Amino acid sequence: MSFWKAVTAIIWKDIRAELRTKDIFSSMFVFALLSVIVFNFAFELRVPDMKMVAPGIIWVAVAFSGTLGLNRAFVIEQDKGSLAGLLLAPVDRAAIYFGKMLGNLVFIFIVEIILLPLVMIFFNLSLLTWQHLLVLFLGTYGFAAVGTVFSAIAVNTRAREVMLPILLFPVLLPVLVAGVKLTGALLDGEPLSELLNWIQLIVVYDLGFTVVAYLTFGFVVEE
Amino acid sequence: MSESDTPMIEVRNLIKSFGSKHALRGVSLRVMPGESLVIFGPNGAGKSTLVRILSSLSRPTGGTVRIGGLDLARHADGIRRYLGVVSHAPLLYDSLTAEENLSFFAGLYGMQKPEERIKAMLQRVGLYSRRGDLVRTFSRGMVQRMAIARALLHDPEVLLLDEPDTGLDPQAAEMLHGLLSELSGRTTEGAGGSDPTGAPVERARTIVTVTHSIERGLAIADKVLILANGRVSYEGPARGMTATGFRSLYDLHCALPSQAPRNGARGGR
Repeated sequence: MSFWKAVTAIIWKDIRAELRTKDIFSSMFVFALLSVIVFNFAFELRVPDMKMVAPGIIWVAVAFSGTLGLNRAFVIEQDKGSLAGLLLAPVDRAAIYFGKMLGNLVFIFIVEIILLPLVMIFFNLSLLTWQHLLVLFLGTYGFAAVGTVFSAIAVNTRAREVMLPILLFPVLLPVLVAGVKLTGALLDGEPLSELLNWIQLIVVYDLGFTVVAYLTFGFVVEE
Repeated sequence: MSESDTPMIEVRNLIKSFGSKHALRGVSLRVMPGESLVIFGPNGAGKSTLVRILSSLSRPTGGTVRIGGLDLARHADGIRRYLGVVSHAPLLYDSLTAEENLSFFAGLYGMQKPEERIKAMLQRVGLYSRRGDLVRTFSRGMVQRMAIARALLHDPEVLLLDEPDTGLDPQAAEMLHGLLSELSGRTTEGAGGSDPTGAPVERARTIVTVTHSIERGLAIADKVLILANGRVSYEGPARGMTATGFRSLYDLHCALPSQAPRNGARGGR
């Protein structure tokens, strides 16, 4: 089977299973929604301008709810041994990585698509510009690229739900900081052309970790 | 996949350690094409570890594995196409239906138009009428039958079966036994027999089975092997071996580990 056919088959399998169970999406969405609501009430009386805190709230909601989703994605594979079924198939380990990573990316994007309008309503902000969407895409891609590898590592540990954020967040710091800075600057009206350093940081991060994951995923999932 | 005079599976001095624990301590074995090897041994002997290494799910700490003449460490992607594996876990997705599971794995194995084969496999394991049901609604025995269908779906040259009759009721265990007899060329329905889809078997498959059932194991074995404490304690032909005789041999090698013969005492050779 060709590399990309295997990737597509794994993505569709994950989406089909998720449409039935809604295990991953429901936990991610509820958590993201609660984060935004809690932060909204926590800050609205004390912060003069919600633009000051909105970038942090958006990225915290994405990172925390995304971590829940990443955890579930591999726990489902591991609990019934179906990950071993994938590993027994004559497909490149990297195809399994890209299939799982792109599946995770789709789930996080769906949560973001629902979350963004809610953030705009709660905080009275305009986020539906191509610049904001580009930043969100690049940051989310980096999150999924790194998170998929770390969730494959964490799923084999005893305290896997706790282990994933402990392992993941230190590595995610550059992309989260860049995401918050860019979102804040764009809300302040700065043009994207003046923020290219941050954009370059995320792009290099995304490409670098995609290559590292491509090369190492096979070692991560085998004993 | 390979010339008939070269072993289909050749394991040399295989070692597997998990930290300070040694699961395999220098296991060597050869299985010829079409041969059926049955591995016995007590819990913790290293049987499942051996099957996981043969199926490329685990990397050995030392030693080499060649399947079809190819080094597993270098050609794992190519070799996997020829392996069918049944393990303790069903290796299925319980949020997909029986048919969707087989269809997904058929796709990963690059099978063209697999519908007929999927139908035949589901009929063979007695689950065709449940093809549209989610696997999570199946009983333990039905899931194990699905696992067998998944392992045989792509018509593998080599079958690696780790306690395949776990959870099966007597009827399903009989079905599995018949299936393995056919695939190993032991059918009573005339020369050659038939494969799971009913098509004639052109060649016997190479089968490695791990089991605790001495009677069932001997019935499908060309060769038997006792693994104890991570070592091959006994290896020999199954022909002429009775269950009672083998049980005595097994007790000698496994029941009293401190008195069992050391590595190299291969009684059958």
